[in-house]
Amino acid sequence: MRRVYVKEEVCIGCLLCEVYCRGQHSQSHDLLKAFKKEFPPPSSRVSVETRGQVSFSIRCQHCSQAPCVYACLTGALSRDPVSGVVNMNEDRCIGCWTCLLVCPLGAIRRDIVQAKAVKCDLCQGEDVPVCVANCPNEALVYAEVPDMVLSQALG
Amino acid sequence: MTSMEKVKYLIVGNSAGGIAATESIREVDRSGSIAIISDEPYPAYSRPLISEYLAKRRDLEGMLFRPADFYERNNVHALLGCRVKQLNVDEHTVELTDGRRINWAKLLLAIGGVPIVPPIEGFDLNGIFTFTTLDDAKAIDQFLGHLVKRPTRAVVVGGGLIGMSVAEALLRRGIEITIVEMKERILNTILDEEASALVEEALRRNGAEVITGHTVAVVTGASSGEVTGVTLDDGRSECCELVIVAIGVRPRVEQVLGTGIEVNRGIVVDRYMSASASDIYACGDVAEAYDFVYGENRLTPIWPNAFMGGRVAGLNMAGVPTEYEGGTAMNSLKYFGLAIVSAGMATAPDDSYEVLNSKSNHAYRKVVLKDDRVLGMVFAGDIEKSGIIFNLMKDGVKVDGFKQALIADDFGLASLPQEVWRPKLEMPPSALASAIDLFGQPEQIVVAE
Repeated sequence: MRRVYVKEEVCIGCLLCEVYCRGQHSQSHDLLKAFKKEFPPPSSRVSVETRGQVSFSIRCQHCSQAPCVYACLTGALSRDPVSGVVNMNEDRCIGCWTCLLVCPLGAIRRDIVQAKAVKCDLCQGEDVPVCVANCPNEALVYAEVPDMVLSQALG
Repeated sequence: MTSMEKVKYLIVGNSAGGIAATESIREVDRSGSIAIISDEPYPAYSRPLISEYLAKRRDLEGMLFRPADFYERNNVHALLGCRVKQLNVDEHTVELTDGRRINWAKLLLAIGGVPIVPPIEGFDLNGIFTFTTLDDAKAIDQFLGHLVKRPTRAVVVGGGLIGMSVAEALLRRGIEITIVEMKERILNTILDEEASALVEEALRRNGAEVITGHTVAVVTGASSGEVTGVTLDDGRSECCELVIVAIGVRPRVEQVLGTGIEVNRGIVVDRYMSASASDIYACGDVAEAYDFVYGENRLTPIWPNAFMGGRVAGLNMAGVPTEYEGGTAMNSLKYFGLAIVSAGMATAPDDSYEVLNSKSNHAYRKVVLKDDRVLGMVFAGDIEKSGIIFNLMKDGVKVDGFKQALIADDFGLASLPQEVWRPKLEMPPSALASAIDLFGQPEQIVVAE
């Protein structure tokens, strides 16, 4: 499956990935409304970390053996057997945060207003996730990597 | 019916472990026959959600752990509401209470735990409940529906996870609550003093009374057989209409005793989730499986460990040798909106451990270390990055170069050495050649006004 990878050396920590992610996961799909008007406020599923000159954005890597899916208490998290995407069924999520506790990347985020865990869905319906499409420095790559290689990387 | 049915895989227990095993078997064996037996008459539901059921926030449909067509889609023969009477290890059979006999090639015992109910005077009265199954939640709900007296008070015996979850549900129903915990603080097995105090404060703020360091000595009742109150070990008495016994669970091992299967506190399993008898596996609350923090087999009766154990058991049953990497006590709590996570050792057993902690306005962070490896953690408030530390603990990563960062307010993947985060986020160099860059033309940067 295709996943989003970071190129740390060209990430400038501009946060546009967070901005566009939030817009994409809003009701209006309009940045201005998403940031200023909507309630519940839409939340970004990616987060940028910065330490000095180092910065990169983090999102769910859709692990092939996803610990969050195995730990989910309610069955809200599941891995699509065809696409490989790890999906969150927000109706089933009770916001217990067990998935956060087992995610090795700290990639799952809390929507505190709705008491739901939210995570990257690779922008289902889009050809390329909006964080990748709108990264001004090409610091994000949407690419296909064989699962064997990936499982070594994700441990 | 006394005819013998034959299945390749027999799974006793229809909760986390049984469902996980079914799914992992089906990943590698699409056609081998599977039967699931459970004494509960419901399709698999999320047991932690019985609290939401009692609070009237979710019905059974909203609690289902898997879609309604799970059994059909996986070609599983579900025997729900059936009870195993006898397990015959050598014959590879089980006998059900309705007389049916089932012959199995591989058996998984995912039979869970039973609530611990101590011998206390008055525990036979009407108005005493346990709280581990949907039927328990239904029974309490029905009891409340028939009560005419308002306000109603419940005494919860035990300040552990089950006690907290029933207390929260009952408070949401407008019931007054007294929690009686024998030890000096609530949640004492999974939290440290600071985090216990945070939960206790949240409970009190929401109207619960919390009594620690005492036990219920007697439950008093009316001549009609109804509960009227409790008397504590110090002579204090409290009026109440119902008592919830929430002391904990123990492995449901009765049917296994005497069969030759090794039982310590629970069914002893190896790293393949295999019990001591061939072709028999166990997982979940009934099993004593490997704990990676303690490096030995322990009971860790929590949902995610049951699921992982069941998944590993299923793969091994289907002939794919798979080692259980181990589980440990691990909980994420959210009582009244207060988020707390803990894993491994919440408190250091002795002075040979190093403890680091920090407090800020919105977070409490603590790690327990030994030989520069994380063996325990407690986070409250801002818990979003706690998974990173849990995985350092699980992987046994040496943290000597960055241990202070673990409890910093801005902790994240970037706090770790590059060699830890780079392989997790960047495209593996070995894959670069085969990768397809789908980025295409860079777009104009558009910043919304």
